[in-house]
Amino acid sequence: MSFFYKGKDIKRQVLAITLIFSLMLIVPLFASVIAPVSKIFNTEVASASEKAEKKEAVEAGASKKEEGKKAEYPPAPKLKEKDYPKIKGYNSRISVWIVAQIHLFFAAFVLAVPIFVLVIEGVGMMTKDERYDHMAHEFIKVSMTAFSLTATSGGILVFMLVAFYPDFMKYLAGIFGSVMIIYAILFLAESFFLYIYYYGWDNMRYGSRKWVHLTLGLMLNVSGMTIMVLGNSFATFMMAPSGVDAAGVFTGNVWEAIRGPLWNAVNLHRFIANIAYGGSVVGAYAAYKFLSAKTKEERGHYDWVGYTANIIAISALLPLPFAGYWLTAEIYAYSQTMGITLMGGAFAWLFITQAVLIGALFLSANYYLWCGMERIKGSERYTKYIKYIAIVIVACFLVWFTPHTLIMTPKEMKAIGGTHHSLLGPLGLMPAKNTAVNIMILFTFLSFTLYKRSSKIATAAWAKQGVAAEIAIFAVGILNIIILGIYSYMVPSNIKVGMSVPQVFTTLSVIIAISIIESRLFKNSKSTGDIEWGKMPARSQYALILLAVSFTWLMGLMGYVRSAIRQHWHVNSIMRDSSPDAFTPTIGYAANVVSVSTILFMLLVIFVFWLAQFAAKKQAEH
Amino acid sequence: MKMSKLSLFALLTIGAYLIFKIVVPVIGRFLHPGTWPLIPTSLLKMYMLFVIVTILLYLTAKEEDAKALMAPIKATLTDPSKRMLRNIIFAVIPLLAAYITYGSVAPSYDAPVELRSIHPAPPSSVNVYNKSYNLLTLKNPLRDDAANFAKYVKEGGEVYFKQCFYCHGDKLDGKGHFYQGFNPQPLPFMGTDTIAQLSESFVFWRVATGGPGLPKEGAPWLSAMPIWEHFISEEEIWKVSMFIYDYSGNKPRTF
Repeated sequence: MSFFYKGKDIKRQVLAITLIFSLMLIVPLFASVIAPVSKIFNTEVASASEKAEKKEAVEAGASKKEEGKKAEYPPAPKLKEKDYPKIKGYNSRISVWIVAQIHLFFAAFVLAVPIFVLVIEGVGMMTKDERYDHMAHEFIKVSMTAFSLTATSGGILVFMLVAFYPDFMKYLAGIFGSVMIIYAILFLAESFFLYIYYYGWDNMRYGSRKWVHLTLGLMLNVSGMTIMVLGNSFATFMMAPSGVDAAGVFTGNVWEAIRGPLWNAVNLHRFIANIAYGGSVVGAYAAYKFLSAKTKEERGHYDWVGYTANIIAISALLPLPFAGYWLTAEIYAYSQTMGITLMGGAFAWLFITQAVLIGALFLSANYYLWCGMERIKGSERYTKYIKYIAIVIVACFLVWFTPHTLIMTPKEMKAIGGTHHSLLGPLGLMPAKNTAVNIMILFTFLSFTLYKRSSKIATAAWAKQGVAAEIAIFAVGILNIIILGIYSYMVPSNIKVGMSVPQVFTTLSVIIAISIIESRLFKNSKSTGDIEWGKMPARSQYALILLAVSFTWLMGLMGYVRSAIRQHWHVNSIMRDSSPDAFTPTIGYAANVVSVSTILFMLLVIFVFWLAQFAAKKQAEH
Repeated sequence: MKMSKLSLFALLTIGAYLIFKIVVPVIGRFLHPGTWPLIPTSLLKMYMLFVIVTILLYLTAKEEDAKALMAPIKATLTDPSKRMLRNIIFAVIPLLAAYITYGSVAPSYDAPVELRSIHPAPPSSVNVYNKSYNLLTLKNPLRDDAANFAKYVKEGGEVYFKQCFYCHGDKLDGKGHFYQGFNPQPLPFMGTDTIAQLSESFVFWRVATGGPGLPKEGAPWLSAMPIWEHFISEEEIWKVSMFIYDYSGNKPRTF
């Protein structure tokens, strides 16, 4: 069996990516549907300022109806230190923190894998190429062990929460009790669909049964996605409570409590991030298999799998900064205090760490593509451009992580002439960051485009004009992003935030326009030869592993920040955390806890990988 | 003669270092005469780390280049004819490490470097002038009176030059008479990265409560800003805020 695949594979992978993006549209669609629905139910989601006004109204005179509700639902309890049980040998916060983090790592992975497994399976069915089917099957096999670890860590988390924070859980259950039951039932449904989907794979491989199998995959994803958005509602309620009054008395409408001001933004961000994360972990699995492969065929196969997983991870990574930007804008809109604490105050330096890790992701992804050009005959036409791409990406990367708050010695401060750096100061603001990240995305896309066209020679009569048009679109796009970035400094902040939207549209327009031209340009193109799958240096595989580790670390750090901006509140501004741990840890302390969680998760993931390999081996007969 | 990959690596690294160390401050000096806006060491280290990583990624993207880069290193480590060079390198590396370690642990009389939070998070409400103000909804009431905008700005300017300019400067550049005596130095209001980033309720809070009113998180702030509610009226705070925004060409942030 040969693994010297043809250039057509890339076209199919582009199709797969398109399908993933189509699937991604479900969530924004979901979000847009929810807004009118909430109006039908006459619900109201208050921002912090609206809430403050509401509070004044409540104080002015609550209606009899509200009085009745207050009798039905208790206010948020005012806890004291003695209300938090102590269990010898455990620090309640660190225990819950680490277990919750590991649970979320696994949950993100097992929710993401079925999404792209379904897409890859669909691509396999449409193209009648069984390799996609086998790959999808292998991916879901990896997630099976992870699924049970998700459930186990989830169970430990619930027990810990009840043991360490009983009053908080009681209050939360008083509001979300019905949702919690649905959550548990959906988990059962997810298990049901997952087991039939996995164990029935070979049984439903062909013909009309394949459609049944795909439907089961869809149902698996629907269950998983619903679990995710319901779980998100607990977290967003804690950050930006809705459906309760200023004293924490539940209004009785659980939909109001679910649909907090941050809910949809978190839903979208987690959905996209999960796909990127799942892709990266599967990429690490392929790298692990590649590095331990004994035969050329095996190496070729896992090189191809790793490549596909990397494309999935990067395709989802590209829109992720925009989803993150929306979430942050929503946090600012909800509460200025929370927004400033997040980006300008106590947590600002964690965002620098985040920026460094995101930059590392972009560098690893590009490096993997550059190394991948080695397996393609004809790529030497494009490798000369790598140095320019590297210069632009590193320049953008430096701007991307330049902090607004500089750490300086008194001598340096004196030389600079104050705490504000005249050149680097503006680079610490969002216009510079947005500009840098958009350019970084476009140049990563350029790496991918050059990679794709390495194995082809355009035969279209208008090839020269087509390439000229692509260069023009790319250059004008970059220019537009830079001009918008500079212009952002000259307008008030509310407009400045809005300027990121045309920048994003420019980036997306350039990607779409060039993709269309490329597809037309290389239709009926001449091939330079087969792609030599497996002809990859080992270091490229470490780039894939680095991608997974960076994603994991990043998720842990940003998850901590999202949760910790509540500071000393269990439920922001409603239920105070009075436990001895109600302090904001130092950045180093938090980073250490997150790093421990990351290491524990990676160890468990290695176990999952090993198990997948172990299960495939048969003992020789005596 | 074609340059070896290792030499190219060294050249690119040194080139990047010189750009950060010299070219950036020179540009800064050109744009802002009288200053030498160097890149702080803490940031320079981060910049150099990622520049070196990127250079290495570029130089190892192709197998042939990666081998060419590693060849002199391998030869130095294994070639018997390079024994002397090898011994020198093996002696220099620990000495260099010792020098760096000594530099980082040696006692110094310099004030310690502090990670400062430049942007304190405001509370949701503040008690000043014997009243409670909700900072989430608070707006400058004088801005509704558009007919008297110029008058308020002028009166705000008078307040500024009576009270604020000694520290914040007559050009609002943070360089008043006493600015060098403070650490942290007074905030400049010009440009787009200070007051333009703040809502007016934030400015009201900062002026009214001064340094002592800063939140516990991110302490010690060491701000010398007085508690201005003790010295000027509420209306004067709003007027001076209007003056600062108007003079600096910014508008209060509205999110």
